[in-house]
Amino acid sequence: MTDPAVIVDARGITIEFPGVKALDDVDLSLRAGEIHALMGENGAGKSTMIKALTGVYAVDAGTISVGGIERRFGGTDDAQSAGIATVYQEVNLCTNLSVGENVMLGHEIRGRFGIDWRATHAAAAEALRRLELEIDPRSPLSSHSIAVQQLVAISRAMVIRSTVLVLDEPTSSLDRDEVERLFAVMRALRDNGVAILFVSHFLDQIYEICDRVTVLRNGRTEGEYRVAELPQVELVAKMLGRELADLDSIAERTAHTARPDEQTAPVMQVLALGRKGALEPVDLELYEGEVVGLAGLLGSGRTELARLLYGADHADTGRTRIRGSAVRVSNPRAAVDNRIAFSSEDRRSEGIIGDLTVRENMILGLQARRGWARRVPRAQQDRLVATYMQSMDIRPADPETLIRNLSGGNQQKVLLARWLAMAPQVLILDEPTRGIDVGAKAEIQRLISQLAADGLSVVFISSELEEVVRLSHRICVMRDHAKVAELHNGEGVDVDDLVSLIAQKGQVS
Amino acid sequence: MSAPTTSLTGTRAAVFVSAVRSRTASWASVLATVGMLVLMLAIGQAAFGDFITPRLISSLFLNNSFLIVLAVGMTFVILTGGIDLSVGSVIAFSGLLGAQLLAHGWPSIVVIPLMILSGTVIGAITGVMVAFFEIQPFIASLAGMFLARGLAYVVSLKSLPISDGGVDWLIATQFTVGQWSVTPGVILALLFVACAFWVLHYTRFGRTVYAIGGNAQSARLMGLSVTRTTFIVYLISGTCAGVAGLIFASYTGSGNPLAGLGMELDAIAAVVIGGTILTGGSGYVLGSLCGVLVYGLIQITITYMSIDSWWTYIVIGALLLIFVVFQRLLGARRRA
Amino acid sequence: MKRLLRHRLFWPIVALVLLIALNTASRPSFLSITINDGALYGSLVDILRNSAQLMLVAVGMMLVIATRGIDLSVGAVLAVSGAVTLTWIAGSSSPGSIETVATAIALGLGVTLILGLWNGFLVSVVGIQPIIATLVLMFAGRGVAMLITQGQITTITSAPYTFIASGHLLGLPFALYISVLVVLVVSLLVRRTALGMLIESVGINPEASRLAGVRSRGIIWGVYAVSGLLAGGAGILYSSNIMAADANNAGLNIELDAILAVVIGGTSLMGGKFSISGTVIGVLILQTLTSTITFLGIPPAVTPVFKAVVVIVVCLLQSRRVRELILRRRKVSRPSPVEPLEAVMSR
Repeated sequence: MTDPAVIVDARGITIEFPGVKALDDVDLSLRAGEIHALMGENGAGKSTMIKALTGVYAVDAGTISVGGIERRFGGTDDAQSAGIATVYQEVNLCTNLSVGENVMLGHEIRGRFGIDWRATHAAAAEALRRLELEIDPRSPLSSHSIAVQQLVAISRAMVIRSTVLVLDEPTSSLDRDEVERLFAVMRALRDNGVAILFVSHFLDQIYEICDRVTVLRNGRTEGEYRVAELPQVELVAKMLGRELADLDSIAERTAHTARPDEQTAPVMQVLALGRKGALEPVDLELYEGEVVGLAGLLGSGRTELARLLYGADHADTGRTRIRGSAVRVSNPRAAVDNRIAFSSEDRRSEGIIGDLTVRENMILGLQARRGWARRVPRAQQDRLVATYMQSMDIRPADPETLIRNLSGGNQQKVLLARWLAMAPQVLILDEPTRGIDVGAKAEIQRLISQLAADGLSVVFISSELEEVVRLSHRICVMRDHAKVAELHNGEGVDVDDLVSLIAQKGQVS
Repeated sequence: MSAPTTSLTGTRAAVFVSAVRSRTASWASVLATVGMLVLMLAIGQAAFGDFITPRLISSLFLNNSFLIVLAVGMTFVILTGGIDLSVGSVIAFSGLLGAQLLAHGWPSIVVIPLMILSGTVIGAITGVMVAFFEIQPFIASLAGMFLARGLAYVVSLKSLPISDGGVDWLIATQFTVGQWSVTPGVILALLFVACAFWVLHYTRFGRTVYAIGGNAQSARLMGLSVTRTTFIVYLISGTCAGVAGLIFASYTGSGNPLAGLGMELDAIAAVVIGGTILTGGSGYVLGSLCGVLVYGLIQITITYMSIDSWWTYIVIGALLLIFVVFQRLLGARRRA
Repeated sequence: MKRLLRHRLFWPIVALVLLIALNTASRPSFLSITINDGALYGSLVDILRNSAQLMLVAVGMMLVIATRGIDLSVGAVLAVSGAVTLTWIAGSSSPGSIETVATAIALGLGVTLILGLWNGFLVSVVGIQPIIATLVLMFAGRGVAMLITQGQITTITSAPYTFIASGHLLGLPFALYISVLVVLVVSLLVRRTALGMLIESVGINPEASRLAGVRSRGIIWGVYAVSGLLAGGAGILYSSNIMAADANNAGLNIELDAILAVVIGGTSLMGGKFSISGTVIGVLILQTLTSTITFLGIPPAVTPVFKAVVVIVVCLLQSRRVRELILRRRKVSRPSPVEPLEAVMSR
């Protein structure tokens, strides 16, 4: 079998930011008709590499040639005209415009009197149809789900006749069906000779779809491999550059027994908690020392339930009891007063306060609860921060760093610290491990187990069912905005069981 | 299994409904403005008897022709999510510059382009700051505002009369059909509206304007020339202000360093009343035209009712409030 | 040196020093302070005294801007406060008595507090964009001020009232005490309590702050109330200075000067981190600039040109692009808002 032609050949790419080399002599080759994975921990240089390929950053050293011609990209439009199109993790389209416009923007078909909208929309519809997307190109983009928007972004990439498609974590907000759909599209494009660069944190997805993988570590190329010839464990080892004992130790904890003491009263109990259009009324009991996993697809109601539990959204129905006494949790403040903590799935826009320091971010929750007039004394702040920075191994270990300068995993740890500082009795974590590197993931998983062992009641949401099964004592299965099953975790419960529960009839919403 | 498709896109009917609702929503604010306009005319007619006359309609356009041109430029800027505070001062600068040059015996064929160009230059300065140096539009155009007002005083510290035929022609000439009358100034203003509509809806530049207002970061990553488009938008606004200055000078027959004081707010108010959202990305230039007419009608009505002029401020403030709350409710419904 | 250059107050302070140097060079008497009747006089004292109005408005504006807001209505609010206060004094039988003046001031401040609360209500409860919400009052407020004065310029004679803007206490202008007091009180309020951090937190990321349990609604409401109140105080200073309520011209464009002062002082219009000392310097720069122009014999009407130059220079110096050029930092076309890698590395 001969290797297909190389379309993009990046050699010796070096990008320096003041003081540090973000990329140091990195090579990457993309071949026509292949799906190529770019793997690495957070901070390994993946996103910098993508930005170099797509013209967002200029390279300091090295060459990028596309189709044999050496290119220098001065901006994203240069990269696009060289045939490289990119779909970013956060869909970068304009939600105020129609689907068709988003597909065609900058490439509208022009007639004698300016843009010929009929022809433009027809071309957009054609492009969408190629991805089997039967939606009205005149409908506004905002009326579609993130998954559809992602496919629209890919349609756009196809319209500009790209020979290279860069997909930066396209699957992180998609559920299983949607991922399958995306993969089908990717395969079709690959078979048409498009070179695809695929970035994902999900190892299974890499093995399902990719032909080759380039591993980056600390800004350097670790190597390029054929996926079929590289065992998963070895791939992870190459990404981490260390042994996998960390991960294994967590995996061993799966043999959870049931909740320690069946007799205790629930910490928190909700009856018929619901919100029109978001969640059918749900009953749920949370006990001390127990991790309750919410399993379900994106949009199944798992996030909605978490937000209602915390009062982040307003519930239409339902009663809440905390340790037996009735309370109203109608807003985050009320939740905080009842020592309920909630970490949102959207770390960047609903979690961190980017321009505040790590210290300020950590004490924010505590301070909010005390009110503005009673400042947390500085000595106490420093003590708290030092404790958590050490126990969670937050890096860099400087409390006065702005939190936006931390990697995703470290930001997540700071947010956890923010909540733990308030000594919560219920901790709700929505996708705490999404988009962070494998090492940090293992640490956060271990932390969750530990917190539960210490008597906290944890609600845990993750798209990775393996993780839910591994950590939870009890699992609530969500589907179509309702709780459809609740099962005690233990021997004999595995991911396949959850998948079949989630996928049972009537899944179409 | 067809499930994935359906779960991705929802049912066809749902898509249709949402499309219709969303498309209506973006026009709803404009329709509300038109409704308001009709209502005001109807009430005026009911209250004063012969309110709706060709004369009233003609003078509505005549008295607000410069504001229409300003609002056109402002619409471009606001659609990108920006704002241009300099336009009021440009009116003074452009008018006074023209008056001074004419007084020195320059021919109007040279002076008129220079008056327009003076606005373009101020727009270019604001545009450079916003587009290339990424200074917030509010502050950048504030600099433009101070600059133009100051330069007006540099040109002349007091008002200068204009008696040149070339400039006067814009307003003094009246094409009359029955009681209807229209001046070249009004025609010019409406021409600007028409051109702006075409540019915004039938050119790639126009669509880029909307895209920037929707999400500038995305627009950049989509390979659109955000920097250039942003720059040009301020250039357009400045040029419109220059033209408005020309019409205003012709309308008042003079150049005045105090002309156009606060007129940038009138233009912004008109654009907002016309249904354009200040964060950008949504709105129509035809809405802005309606906004100006509503604005003009309020002034006429208050004159008709012969009540104190400060009620104009209060009424416009109240009207802004109503419109903004209305848009807010629409927006909330759209998101739900 | 690099750290000094990058400090956000570096350029504003340079600008202020340059302005003072320019004045002194053109007329050395600029720096001289004379004692007359036990009170200090001189250009510098005048600058401090005259900056009091703008100081009050700018400090309020800074808090509003820190929450991602803007308050365009301060000029109109200022006019309302002058109108209310002077109309009350003019209507009273003993305009010279302390009680009348105190009642009038309380009334004026009370009304402006209500106007501030109204702005805060529109922004924090109804959820209207600040620029529009306050635009409403910017229009209507001036109308209301004219309504109160019936379009007249109300003038009064009242010794206690005159004292506010023109009197001296322990050798220094009384207005200066007001301005220093306001700056001190606000500084203590925001930096000795957690208010400052919570305001910044709300300004940087409102939704994340809400979910962290911060009562952002109350905070936002509060800053608009404070802004209204301080604008009211500025209105009293203004009307005391001219001893007249001029609904048309009182506080005209002061919102722009205030915003300018805040921005010169290094607080971003995008909200978040704010700097009280920066705002104070910004106000002093603007006031010194105005004095300079009068001092140099240039027609005051031309002042805007110089303001424009200051805005342009200061903004350009604060602009990332120019800093990159100066410090020869690498050119990056536009990093995304959160770029962990790049940012970590730039440390």
